[in-house]
Amino acid sequence: MIRFENITKVLGGKTVLDNISFEVSAGETFVIVGLSGAGKSVTLKHMIRLMLPDSGNVVVDGEPINHIGRTALQTVRTKFGVLFQSAALLQWMTVKDNVALPLREHTKMDEEEIGRLVAEKLRLLNLSDAGDKFPADLSGGMQKRVGLARAIIMSPQIVLYDEPTSGLDPVTSRRIDDLIVNMRRELGITSVVVTHDLHSALSIGSRIMMLHEGKIVENATPEEFIRSKDETVKSFLESQYITKKGKWETGLSHE
Amino acid sequence: MRYPAHSARRLGSQVLQLMHDTGHAMFMLLEAASFCRYVFSKRSWNETSMQMYITGIKSLAVITVVALFTGMILALQTGLELRRYGQEVYIGSAVSVSMIREMGPFMTGLIIAASVGSAIAAQIGTMTVSEEIAALEVMSINPNRFLVMPRLVALVVMMPILTVYTNILGIMGGAVVGATQLGVSVQAYMDNATQFATNKDLYVGLFKAFVFGIVITTVACHQGFMTREGAVGVGKATRRSVIISFLVILVLGYMITRLFYV
Repeated sequence: MIRFENITKVLGGKTVLDNISFEVSAGETFVIVGLSGAGKSVTLKHMIRLMLPDSGNVVVDGEPINHIGRTALQTVRTKFGVLFQSAALLQWMTVKDNVALPLREHTKMDEEEIGRLVAEKLRLLNLSDAGDKFPADLSGGMQKRVGLARAIIMSPQIVLYDEPTSGLDPVTSRRIDDLIVNMRRELGITSVVVTHDLHSALSIGSRIMMLHEGKIVENATPEEFIRSKDETVKSFLESQYITKKGKWETGLSHE
Repeated sequence: MRYPAHSARRLGSQVLQLMHDTGHAMFMLLEAASFCRYVFSKRSWNETSMQMYITGIKSLAVITVVALFTGMILALQTGLELRRYGQEVYIGSAVSVSMIREMGPFMTGLIIAASVGSAIAAQIGTMTVSEEIAALEVMSINPNRFLVMPRLVALVVMMPILTVYTNILGIMGGAVVGATQLGVSVQAYMDNATQFATNKDLYVGLFKAFVFGIVITTVACHQGFMTREGAVGVGKATRRSVIISFLVILVLGYMITRLFYV
């Protein structure tokens, strides 16, 4: 569904992505982990061409997107919904208007139909009472859920999540994780999640890829990931108190 | 020997950067202008009318004070000089011609650049660093249509209107000073003021205001889109927007005057 072919990206003289290649298949929840500055968000931005690689190709549904025109790019982007790290809600619009924005811009639906769809998504994300509030009146977790409602309002095939749980308390973080799992289960959405929270990655991911200093050091299922022999991965797991004998092994065995 | 080479390289890269930024700003302006045909569509009109309200109505208080005092200062300075020759009756023409040709559009441009332009740069800059612009792009919503076009229309419409308002108040301020401090009656002042100001003065002044509206929007929006480095970057973008707008308004004001009067 999304394929990175030998992508290299240099920013400010630093090689952020160093000749990386991987593929995200339809229907999976693909999690990208790594330390801060490992190139996780840069990878995500390449998928929707918010950034262009210095070399290599990004292929979406068989179509290389590096050199396509604006109209073709718009078509490609309609396949995506994106939840940004900061939720990226327009501050002068209410929650309802934020969620309705893509429908008003790209469809000929009347206001009644738009209102119905918006209410449906807000209900799905437990935000029914927040429709008339402004983003500044919401907590961080609620803002992320509004961002997610906006990301899925056009029924995209793929949803990209950039640090969906960063800055949130553990309870809200797990709630967001559940939402991501539900998106896949109930709507069949392919998800790409960028996070440095391994607990979250192991809970929601069907595959986990770790980036370190611009290179892929691991790309495996959660079960394989916690047994990785790579020293960087081991150290990353240990830094978050995750061991092979820990609860994750027990938890994963129930899946 | 290294120092001159280093300086030349740095100068060269700054010139290239300036050309790149100018090209980017021009492209943004042209694209936004090409979307002006959608200004009356429902999705654009709400934002455009809001921007007109911010530019026009919300700036009235400061423009009123500045315009009145500009006219008063002009009248007082020229009046005191003219009184030495017994010609103070001519302050009407001095104030009206100065206001209509130069000071009206110039003062309005500076006020709008400092108040509205800085607000535009800060808003778009904040949107850029908080990924709202990226979110618009991902939703296939063109930021030049969604954000720049309504501001461009609002400023090119409101700037000439505000300039007329500035001119009227400036001339009125001059009349007050003439009547109270220089012994020139309001009737004599107004007769003199209307005798010397021509239609051409008015049209050129309004043309300047129109051009300044384009300049302020282009500079402010471009600086907003170029914002990096979080809150510090927003502050820098806002400051740069005001400085660049002031400089361009000054230079273009001179060039337009030269074009029409020399």
